[in-house]
Amino acid sequence: MKVGLFIPCYVDQLYPDVAMATVEVLERFGIEVEFPTAQTCCGQPMANSGCTGDTRPLAEAFLRIFGAYDYVVCPSGSCVSMVRNHYEEYFHENPAFETLKKRTFELCEFLVDVLQVKNIAGSFPHNVGLHQSCHGLRELHLGPPTELMNRGTPNKVKQLLEGLDGIKFMPLTRPDECCGFGGTFAVAEEAVSCMMGQDRLDDHEKAGTQVLTAADMSCLMHLEGLLRRRGKKVAVMHVAQILAGRAPDFGVPATGGAR
Amino acid sequence: MSHPSHQPHSGDHPKAASAFIADQERAQWHDKALWFIREKRDRAAASLPEWETLREHAAAIKAHTIANLPQYLEQFEANAQRMGVKVHWASNAVEHNKIVLGILQQHNVKKVVKSKSMLTEECHLNPYLEQNGIEVIDTDLGERIVQMREEPPSHIVLPAIHLKKQDVGDTFHKHLGTNAGADDPQYLTEAARGHLREKFMAGHAGITGVNFAVAESGGIVVCTNEGNADLGVALPPVHIACMGIEKLIPRAADLGVFVRLLARSATGQPITTYTSHFHGPRPGCELHIVLVDNGRSEVRESDDFRLSLNCIRCGACMNTCPVYRRSGGHSYGSTVPGPIGSILAPALDPEKHKSLPFACSLCGSCTDVCPVKIDLHHQLLTFRRELALKNLIPLTKRISMKLLSFVLMRPWMFSLGGKLMRMIVPKLPRMFIYNGMNAWGKQRELPPMPPQSFRELYSIRKHVAAHNRPNTLKGNTQ
Repeated sequence: MKVGLFIPCYVDQLYPDVAMATVEVLERFGIEVEFPTAQTCCGQPMANSGCTGDTRPLAEAFLRIFGAYDYVVCPSGSCVSMVRNHYEEYFHENPAFETLKKRTFELCEFLVDVLQVKNIAGSFPHNVGLHQSCHGLRELHLGPPTELMNRGTPNKVKQLLEGLDGIKFMPLTRPDECCGFGGTFAVAEEAVSCMMGQDRLDDHEKAGTQVLTAADMSCLMHLEGLLRRRGKKVAVMHVAQILAGRAPDFGVPATGGAR
Repeated sequence: MSHPSHQPHSGDHPKAASAFIADQERAQWHDKALWFIREKRDRAAASLPEWETLREHAAAIKAHTIANLPQYLEQFEANAQRMGVKVHWASNAVEHNKIVLGILQQHNVKKVVKSKSMLTEECHLNPYLEQNGIEVIDTDLGERIVQMREEPPSHIVLPAIHLKKQDVGDTFHKHLGTNAGADDPQYLTEAARGHLREKFMAGHAGITGVNFAVAESGGIVVCTNEGNADLGVALPPVHIACMGIEKLIPRAADLGVFVRLLARSATGQPITTYTSHFHGPRPGCELHIVLVDNGRSEVRESDDFRLSLNCIRCGACMNTCPVYRRSGGHSYGSTVPGPIGSILAPALDPEKHKSLPFACSLCGSCTDVCPVKIDLHHQLLTFRRELALKNLIPLTKRISMKLLSFVLMRPWMFSLGGKLMRMIVPKLPRMFIYNGMNAWGKQRELPPMPPQSFRELYSIRKHVAAHNRPNTLKGNTQ
């Protein structure tokens, strides 16, 4: 099985360890991982701004770059949702795309649904606040959102983390409210975006979160930015980093650079 | 009494939102008040094991009705007329207002009592009637409060949700002569009750909205919690009910699906206090129903936005919207605020409301609470494309997205750009990075700038692995 590693543009440039941790987790399960260097970005920033004409070439490039892999795996629910739910208009009934779409997975869902991973060995004896990134939750159904009443879907992200020894999830009053990142929204609606983020952080602080994690680094980039401005010593880690066995860094900055 | 604010300020949501948030305490309070209702809704929805099935049913009934709208409208009209209803058709807001005024003038009506109707808000009926010498009294308590304050409603179900009891106390002190500083809700409500009772007694005609119109019977259903619609039309001889053409449902049996969803979604109640059915006029009285299109037929033609006609105006999308809760209804500058309003308003006037589809983090919560399964956040995203095609997004955004796309199509340029950014940013003095130009950095730090990108680290790792391979192979054969 050959997996094409699909890394969000900003993770490649700003959070290389998140991508490296993804490689390590996949390799631990004997997966051959390849990072095609022709990739840059799925085009979501352009699409979310309404500029679909500027998105099209990137969508087409995505199909060329990743079309031949058995699976495509990405440590971001948001970027996977872009491919799975929002590429349709660029590939009307294109069978190559339909195949690629079915083979493109977010990391946690790939582990749970494709590799059928029940448990990842390791230990993480920390108070963890799990942020439910919206696109993973509501567009990929990585877990059951609080709005829906058919609560049958297991939470794939939590399920994987739960296997780690000593991990403790801190209870939030609003378990799946948006952090306010929202791509260009973070800048265009700066005031609302930051208030949303701060409200999430206050909830985590009350809950006693020491390590803040999520399956999407973009939410964490925004929350970490708010935390660091206020000098808060909360470790911020992508789920892949926890699964790869990284230790939390309670200093500032918490993520980012190479280990 | 005129409503200057019925002509909402030009739509610049970020600016209005940031003004709302400047009062941190009030913004927090507003957020919590609406979240409380969202949680009530969650409990009410969870009390029905068939909740998700009901949503499916409701969406299917709406899809069927909208697909066959012309025939259901004709059926409704014929059945209503058979019961003695006078049915009027209005293709737009102006026609609607003229029809209502005509009926009132015909009966020499000078005072009208009106229960809540988002359609009449959409058509700006109140100021029109007032300009023509007719006094209009909103009888829903929240609506009456905002009417006294000459403000538009800030929410479609909870029109005065932006006001604290102290604000209401001040308003009533000014307009109803209640004691200065009094903010006891019971005292204030009793004052409003006395005031409204006089208005009810003096009304010559009653105007209501319509929650559901049943094609097979010609009947209409009006849901309120205060009974104000009932009293407003039980006293005067003329009842005018105004409805958008999408309010139709085929059968009385379908009502059960919608009535169960409506109040639970809106306020978390199992049912509204009053669910009143009107089948024709009372003896000796008149019932007029005004069916209004006002852009709905156009929306019906659109594959992207047709589902928005499913809306039953429950307000659940507002209560759950993290942006609405923190920016207030008035920040939208539209009759209907929040997620559904951000689709309806720019559909009518894209230039004026161009900021609304962007007043959304695309979290998708609205889509999942919507009782009639409107794909709200997808429609908001699609609307951004519509605005871009109409050249209604800022030039700076258009150019920067073009540039970004150009760079992203060239991996070498992307890598070089990233490398330069990671090299230069850490060396810059703080004031070069964190200034008025950088909206990200106003309240947030930029992400840390690592020395190497993943693709650089990955290529090093691959080299090392290739270098070590003979050993590894040897190791494997042992």
